[in-house]
Amino acid sequence: MIEVKHLVKRYGDKKAVNDISFKVEKGEILGFLGPNGAGKSTTMNMLTGYISSTSGQILINGVDIFEDPKKAKANIGYLPEIPPLYVDMTVDAYLNFVFDLKKCKLPRKAHLTDVCNLCKINDVRPRLIKNLSKGYKQRVGLAQALINNPPVLILDEPTVGLDPNQIIEIRSLIKKLGKRHTVILSSHILPEIQAVCDRIIIINKGVVAADGTADEIAKNITNEHKMTLRIEGPDHSRAEKDQIVQALKNLSGVKYVRADMEREKGIYDYDVETDGKTDVRRAINKLCNENGWNILMLQLSDLTLEDIFLKITMGEGFGHDESEKGSAAKEKKPKVRINLMTEEEAKAAEQAAREAAEEAGGDAPDEKGDEE
Amino acid sequence: MGAIYRREMGAFFTSGIGYVFLTVFYIASGYFFYNDVIKSGLSDISPMFVSMFIVVIFLIPVLTMRLISEEKKNRTDQGLLTAPIGLWELVLGKFFAAFTLYVIAESVIFIYALILKFLSDDMVWSSLLGNYFAMLILGAAFIAIGVFISSLTENQMSSAVVSVFFFLVLYAFDDSALEKLNSNSIISKVFSVDTREKMMNFLSHLSMRARYTEFTRGIFSLSSVLFFLSIVFLFNFFTVKVLEKKRWA
Repeated sequence: MIEVKHLVKRYGDKKAVNDISFKVEKGEILGFLGPNGAGKSTTMNMLTGYISSTSGQILINGVDIFEDPKKAKANIGYLPEIPPLYVDMTVDAYLNFVFDLKKCKLPRKAHLTDVCNLCKINDVRPRLIKNLSKGYKQRVGLAQALINNPPVLILDEPTVGLDPNQIIEIRSLIKKLGKRHTVILSSHILPEIQAVCDRIIIINKGVVAADGTADEIAKNITNEHKMTLRIEGPDHSRAEKDQIVQALKNLSGVKYVRADMEREKGIYDYDVETDGKTDVRRAINKLCNENGWNILMLQLSDLTLEDIFLKITMGEGFGHDESEKGSAAKEKKPKVRINLMTEEEAKAAEQAAREAAEEAGGDAPDEKGDEE
Repeated sequence: MGAIYRREMGAFFTSGIGYVFLTVFYIASGYFFYNDVIKSGLSDISPMFVSMFIVVIFLIPVLTMRLISEEKKNRTDQGLLTAPIGLWELVLGKFFAAFTLYVIAESVIFIYALILKFLSDDMVWSSLLGNYFAMLILGAAFIAIGVFISSLTENQMSSAVVSVFFFLVLYAFDDSALEKLNSNSIISKVFSVDTREKMMNFLSHLSMRARYTEFTRGIFSLSSVLFFLSIVFLFNFFTVKVLEKKRWA
């Protein structure tokens, strides 16, 4: 239904969108997730033919949007970030205008009534748009996109400015629309995307950071293991903190370490992520023994979708981690990162872990005392 | 095109701009009709049209200033440019909406003609029609230019100011201005008499004022009609290109 190939948009030197490719099948609801400024709106503006791409191709229903814009646009209903409403018109006049603008051939009265019922704006139809609340304006914007029943709906942050009830309503409406239309919707609100979309694309800094169904992404994420450690050093200093971080990083199987807040005086929490194949608990225990540190807490936690989103978009962790562990340094997409770790690398990591564990064996025969 | 035309016509009256335009136009034209025609006891309506040029300079920007700049500012252009319509439809829809309002305003002179007919028996109809037509195509050209300037900015005010300035330059650009230019010391040093002659000849063909004045003197010249229509086409074409460029920028 929608095919995007190697899409690039450059503003001067800055690449707002850098080589994005994806496909959306008929009847799919695709969620675009990313922080503000990630390139979501730029991508959507290109998809709808509002701006051009620097390079790349966009096919809507098999029609290239730059070669035959009229035909391609006839297939799209678009709700931009700011709904394109003429505030000095009444809702009714505006929808009639859009009806004419889109050269809609459907029976006017019945179609407009349908659309208004769907978006629940029947009671405001005679009112001027400028007097409507933000939620209503948003819904009029949605109604405008629905006119002429376009097979593709592109919605840029459709729930912004709505109250919680309306958000739920709009979400269920989008779900319903997904049965008849192909929908692309963008948001920076995670639960929203999780609740509505069949498939998720996470965009960050103009590139696709992850692509898959919510389950797929979640599954890949839970392959990763995260733990929180609280380690106490002898002299409770900041230098010590850095030393601990460095030591933890050097453990084999550890992918990412970050010192968290100071929980008790001079004692810090450390977020540690492992590749999911190595159990590093014994190695950590040994390390602490050797250095005379005390483990005050060890808590395992699996990553949530929220965690991965934050990490990708904060420029930390997977996508940008160029650590010496390097097994995945070349890999950009976190989703497939684990899968792409070669057999040898995985074996080597396991081996190293085993050795570490065996060595640790004498000093720490039992770590059941760890909090879990 | 129809949808955009109808919306713009509606917007002229809901925003009040249409009423302001018509009122000021009627007052100004009424004043000039009284001052230039009735007071001087003429039965020919032509003299008032010389003054009407000035009125048009200040009033047409009122019509055209917001046509595209406002869309850009309110981001409603996103709706238009992603709708399955061509850019020509968009630009011409707006052009004809402004032109329609202009025709409505302009047609008031038929009322003046009736008054004149009532006052004197030897009312000159051919000169009236010629002038009427001249004003229409001059207005059309100015509207096309105004829409073009409006497409260059997001700010209505600057769109209006630039338009008025541009129209004033066009107004000042007539035969006597060319004469001054011709006798300018620097220009006469740089270019030979022969080249100057050719340049001035060429420039005088581009003078809107000269061509317009020709009409008010009762000369109906086809080349002038074509000249104004070319301006209309050219500036609408430029507007289309500006919108297209935005898309490709």
